[in-house]
Amino acid sequence: MQWFVTFMEWLAGLWAIVPPFLQVTFLVIAVMMTIIIAVAMLTLAERKVIGYMQLRLGPNRVTFFGLRAFRGIAQPFADVFKLLLKEIIVPASSSRFLFLLAPLIVLVPALAAWAVIPFSPEFVLADVDAGLLYILALTSLGVYGVILAGWASNSKYAFLGAMRSAAQMVAYEIAMGFALVGVLMVAGSLNLGEIIRGQQGGFGSWNWFWLFPLFIVYFISGLAETNRAPFDVAEGESEIVAGFHVEYSGAAFAALFALPEYANMILISALTSVFFFGGWLSPFQGYLPDDLWIAQSSFFWLFVKICAFLFVFLWVRATFPRYRYDQIMRLGWKVLIPVTLVWIGVEAMLAWLHIGPWAA
Amino acid sequence: MKRVGSIFQTLLLTELLVGLSVTARNFFRPKITLHYPEEKTPQSPRFRGLHALRRYPNGQERCIACKLCEAVCPALAITIESDVGPDNTRRTTRYDIDLFKCIYCGFCEEACPVDAIVETRILEYHMENRGENIMTKDKLLAIGERFEAMIAADKAADSQYR
Repeated sequence: MQWFVTFMEWLAGLWAIVPPFLQVTFLVIAVMMTIIIAVAMLTLAERKVIGYMQLRLGPNRVTFFGLRAFRGIAQPFADVFKLLLKEIIVPASSSRFLFLLAPLIVLVPALAAWAVIPFSPEFVLADVDAGLLYILALTSLGVYGVILAGWASNSKYAFLGAMRSAAQMVAYEIAMGFALVGVLMVAGSLNLGEIIRGQQGGFGSWNWFWLFPLFIVYFISGLAETNRAPFDVAEGESEIVAGFHVEYSGAAFAALFALPEYANMILISALTSVFFFGGWLSPFQGYLPDDLWIAQSSFFWLFVKICAFLFVFLWVRATFPRYRYDQIMRLGWKVLIPVTLVWIGVEAMLAWLHIGPWAA
Repeated sequence: MKRVGSIFQTLLLTELLVGLSVTARNFFRPKITLHYPEEKTPQSPRFRGLHALRRYPNGQERCIACKLCEAVCPALAITIESDVGPDNTRRTTRYDIDLFKCIYCGFCEEACPVDAIVETRILEYHMENRGENIMTKDKLLAIGERFEAMIAADKAADSQYR
């Protein structure tokens, strides 16, 4: 083991002489690559989970080097390389510049939002004080890419999909924002790290208990924001073919619409665990002795929580049929927003009476 | 009272939870999918796959060119021409089965008085060139020679029901 210690010391020394801006660049690339790999694994997990729920097996053929274990593990990579090799067809009547710009507008916010996510007590790319505002701003930007893609395609299906997506995003963005107002009232800070630290103290003292309706509203809005089933009318393959990305093919489709959709799913799962389930805090904190590894805050717990919420995403997709469009609007405006408003009032009462998280 | 109950049902998402529990149960149910190339479904001795022409143990062709199979074939997939053979018996000079026309009904096998044309258990075959879908007499006899043991065993297994 001596050589390993020496190697790690050598690496640490090397890290110290690297200029700070290169250090940051390296970390950003590392986080991005992790997310892209996670997206690949998520597409596989989606097909596997939904397959199992429909009494099928899902992909189980493609492997690396013919390994017998983890069969199907190379399926997402095979899919991506197939798409990358395909031709990108730009429709003759499309607005060429916007057509090629739109995927980037979808992709960049989906990855940039990760800058303020605290991965562990020590590691966050940018410890911004207005982290929550930054998240809200970036997640709302993605919809412009969707609208532009639909508009620039110059196709009626793409245009319909874009219009649906725009109206849906506007409705659910408000419910999402109000749900986060409730979180702010508890935490008293916009910094995501502070929001997590405010929930210290094991499973029972996380925000989900006192903010349960807001948690449900936030998660449902998250499903709608990412255009996932049962809110996937923007794609609506049975009515409008594939909606806003019907004209896209090859790498433009793969890297620029499939990737952001799944990256956004992971982002919403991470945010749900940060806001309502204590991010990297251990659920056993306070219940088990502090020196146990399992009771300490670490990236492991954030990872477990993200995986759990991602499973719920897939579970919901396997279970529910797509909402009709007017039902989506009714749910967004007439159910979710009133629920959040009522609960903000309830929270005000709790704060006034010093109950729950406000007990001094 | 009923309306109050339904409002509670809506707010507590009970029906959604029932739906989710259905998919969750199915998630853990054992899957019955066969891993096809490694596992296969059981086959009956009566399985009707690729055709074959058989010979007697002494090497003589069974087919006597009676053309019953040609007559009974509902898809008109069989074409037979016959002539007197070198041993002064009636033999086929041409026996073609078009696999694209054949519907694998097994009537030819049923009609044959001498058990010459049979359908084997072989179901995994393919064509790579145009015209390979026509099974000529030579090809059919070759299949019959190659799989004679299997064909004879299947016929013996089925004979008690005939």
